[in-house]
Amino acid sequence: MMVIVVLISASLLVAIGFLAAFLWAVKSGQYDDKYTPAVRILFDDKKKNNETEKDINSEEKK
Amino acid sequence: MPEEISHIVDSKLICYHCGEECPDDTYKLNDNVFCCNGCKTVYEMLKSNDLCDYYAYEETPGLKKSEPVRNYSYLDDPELQEKLIDFTDGTITTITFFIPQMHCSSCIWILENLYKFNPGIIESKADFLKKKVSIKYAPDKILLSKVVELLDSIGYEPSLNLEAEEKEVSSDHTKKLYYKIGIAGFCFGNIMLLSFPEYLSIVDQVTDDIKQIFSFLNLLLALPVFFYSSSEYFSSAYKGLKRKFINIDVPIAIGISILFFRSLIEVILQTGVGYFDSLAGLVFFLLIGRLFQNKTYDTLNFERNYKSYFPIAVTITKNSNEKTIPLDKLRVGQRLVIKNNELIPTDSVLIKGTANIDYSFVTGEAAPVERKNGDLIYAGGKQIGGLIELETVKEVSQSYLTELWNDKVFTDKKESRTTSLANMVSKYFTFIVLAIAAATAVYWLLNDPAITFNAVTAILIIACPCALALSTPFTLGNTMRIFGRNKFYVKNAAAVENLANIDTIIFDKTGTITDADKAEIKYEGEDLSDEQKSIIKSLVKNSSHPLSRKIFNFLEAIPDKSITDFMEIPGKGLQAFIDDKLIKLGSEGFINPDAPINPTGITTQVFVSINGRVTGCFKFFNSYRKSLKQVLANISNKYSLSVLSGDNPSEKERLKKIFPDRTEMKFNQSPHDKLNYISTLQSKNKNTLMIGDGLNDAGALAKSDVGISISENVNNFSPACDSILDSNSFDMLPAFISFAKLSKKIIIASFIISFLYNLVGLFFAVQGLLSPLIAAILMPLSSISVVVFTSFTTTAFAKMKGLL
Repeated sequence: MMVIVVLISASLLVAIGFLAAFLWAVKSGQYDDKYTPAVRILFDDKKKNNETEKDINSEEKK
Repeated sequence: MPEEISHIVDSKLICYHCGEECPDDTYKLNDNVFCCNGCKTVYEMLKSNDLCDYYAYEETPGLKKSEPVRNYSYLDDPELQEKLIDFTDGTITTITFFIPQMHCSSCIWILENLYKFNPGIIESKADFLKKKVSIKYAPDKILLSKVVELLDSIGYEPSLNLEAEEKEVSSDHTKKLYYKIGIAGFCFGNIMLLSFPEYLSIVDQVTDDIKQIFSFLNLLLALPVFFYSSSEYFSSAYKGLKRKFINIDVPIAIGISILFFRSLIEVILQTGVGYFDSLAGLVFFLLIGRLFQNKTYDTLNFERNYKSYFPIAVTITKNSNEKTIPLDKLRVGQRLVIKNNELIPTDSVLIKGTANIDYSFVTGEAAPVERKNGDLIYAGGKQIGGLIELETVKEVSQSYLTELWNDKVFTDKKESRTTSLANMVSKYFTFIVLAIAAATAVYWLLNDPAITFNAVTAILIIACPCALALSTPFTLGNTMRIFGRNKFYVKNAAAVENLANIDTIIFDKTGTITDADKAEIKYEGEDLSDEQKSIIKSLVKNSSHPLSRKIFNFLEAIPDKSITDFMEIPGKGLQAFIDDKLIKLGSEGFINPDAPINPTGITTQVFVSINGRVTGCFKFFNSYRKSLKQVLANISNKYSLSVLSGDNPSEKERLKKIFPDRTEMKFNQSPHDKLNYISTLQSKNKNTLMIGDGLNDAGALAKSDVGISISENVNNFSPACDSILDSNSFDMLPAFISFAKLSKKIIIASFIISFLYNLVGLFFAVQGLLSPLIAAILMPLSSISVVVFTSFTTTAFAKMKGLL
């Protein structure tokens, strides 16, 4: 029966890990701005984007 | 290829930067057309820094750049800088700007790529919802004034003001609430898990060792809930008791502590497992309710005072040397230089130039007023036209306008005059519960003393009014969301409750019940021929003065005349030659120099003269909001109404026709008069709702039980108030008030539901039969049913009333 104690403490430790992750996320400001990061991730890398832009433009012109 | 582009361009010239239609292709660069030099300059600047991706994320993302880049050198004043920046260590400085122009993903992109313009800028991060950008820069490489200049030059002029950052406090508060909810939720879940053997009555199969371990684990998990997550309820209850006032948090605090200590005793003495699951669940639900109630509008600010609208620096002149100084260093007797479209920050006397002051910012009245040399000009007006020089006669904080903020309405924290429903009920509730507990204690002491402790604590536990405490935040939180969807933004839940209690409504006139953009025009004099109409319309076409625009919209003719020698004399009028005839349009003094000057003329008039002969004049009347009649019809028999106007009584007769007979009307009201009027009503025990718009209503808005500020653009302008109403939603005002009243009824209904649960619980508790299992079922069940009931009914009623 003692195995259940081991399991429970293991599961509690994991859960505490997640709680800590949540607290860290709040502390580091991830809940302050819930919109901008979603837009930011869609910005392409400078160089790549320039090339694709040119491609599209030249295609359009043709 | 060029032909093809010019073909596209010919059909409609659209500015590549801002998307406005261009009159011609004067401003052209790299096959892109621009509407003005400003837009073209921004494009050039982006191009030279290889940042044309700006145009890739959104089409025509820019905003028309009509104003030239200003001089920001005053920002390098170290004292001023200290107030503006967030942090500096000498080599790196962080500063946050509010950028009202931020509106699309291209804006975010360009604002986060500022470092490409200047190596002195290390990093910049945009927050779209708050319209803020925080910039890290090296002060030894780039001056603050240059950073702001850069922002301005790419079309994102930050709004600079010295108001204390009150928002930061609220964001800290929200963070703490997240921590508390996170911890309470975590403990709640785990305690429930560890209590399962108890729930399923499989205690017999579980060895005592394990049972003991589980209950100690539960105790351990309950500690942070009791000592951290629920701390706010204890401090609030303590504050209430200190002021001899029993608020809703008192019975909650009693319930929580009894739950904790009884469970603690049970676990330590090993007589039971305690009610830790109920405790954690209760705190968790209560905190969720708090989160739900804390609906905030990121970009709206309900606490603004005049400082938000005043510039942070002004130009002064001394021995014909111009110098820019921070506004708070401005003293009496200094010579101010005010340019076109600049705000006059303090009461001053006009020394040089023609003043044409637009007080729309203060009163809502759009037509500018003319002032002559030696006239006193009150703070808050905007100069329209050429440069003027003024001598200050008062300190900024002592001027006619700003003095209002020295009133204690603004210095004291606003406290609701009416007790909230929940607090009122909880007073009686607490006493009744304590009485039942006492009676039970006496009964068991006489009959079976062993049960006394169990029964009394059980009563206090089950009577913990969690459902009572949840009904208000969920109902009002939901109501605020429904209002927000209809562009009625309420500051907090207490304001909704106050709105439900109002019995008197006070309207400001100009800008509140009148439509600022429109005016009713009447022409008096000789009838105008179509030819003459066309002439006048061609003339006013060339002027951007608000009255000219109104005349332009009023006349039905085709403005096809070619004009020569056009002249616009600020504060006076327009003149030009059309078909060799001299056309003059303007004030009486301008048309006929011999006419007596009548600066306090009751109605605004514009005279017309053709070849020296006065043909007549245009008279301007206020145009009332279209929905005003319908709004008044809905509210006039339920509330007593008043109109307070800063204007002269010229509109009195017209107002009398629109408003019901009993309406009290007062004219020529100063900001202080308005404030005092509200105080008088309140001393007669009236619950007042003030609806205003300008800074001159600020005192009345702050003083009244509910202050609603009407705004054409909610992000632009609003004095301190409880709620901001988008002017397009003015017609829904009666619906908002009646819905607030309905919310109050819903709260009462949910109180009844929660009392029924309490009765069931008390039935078990007085007999000493409240098992942890019953508590664990009853308490969450009552909370959930109240939450479901309030959310469902508010949404259903909102749909019925057409608010959703």
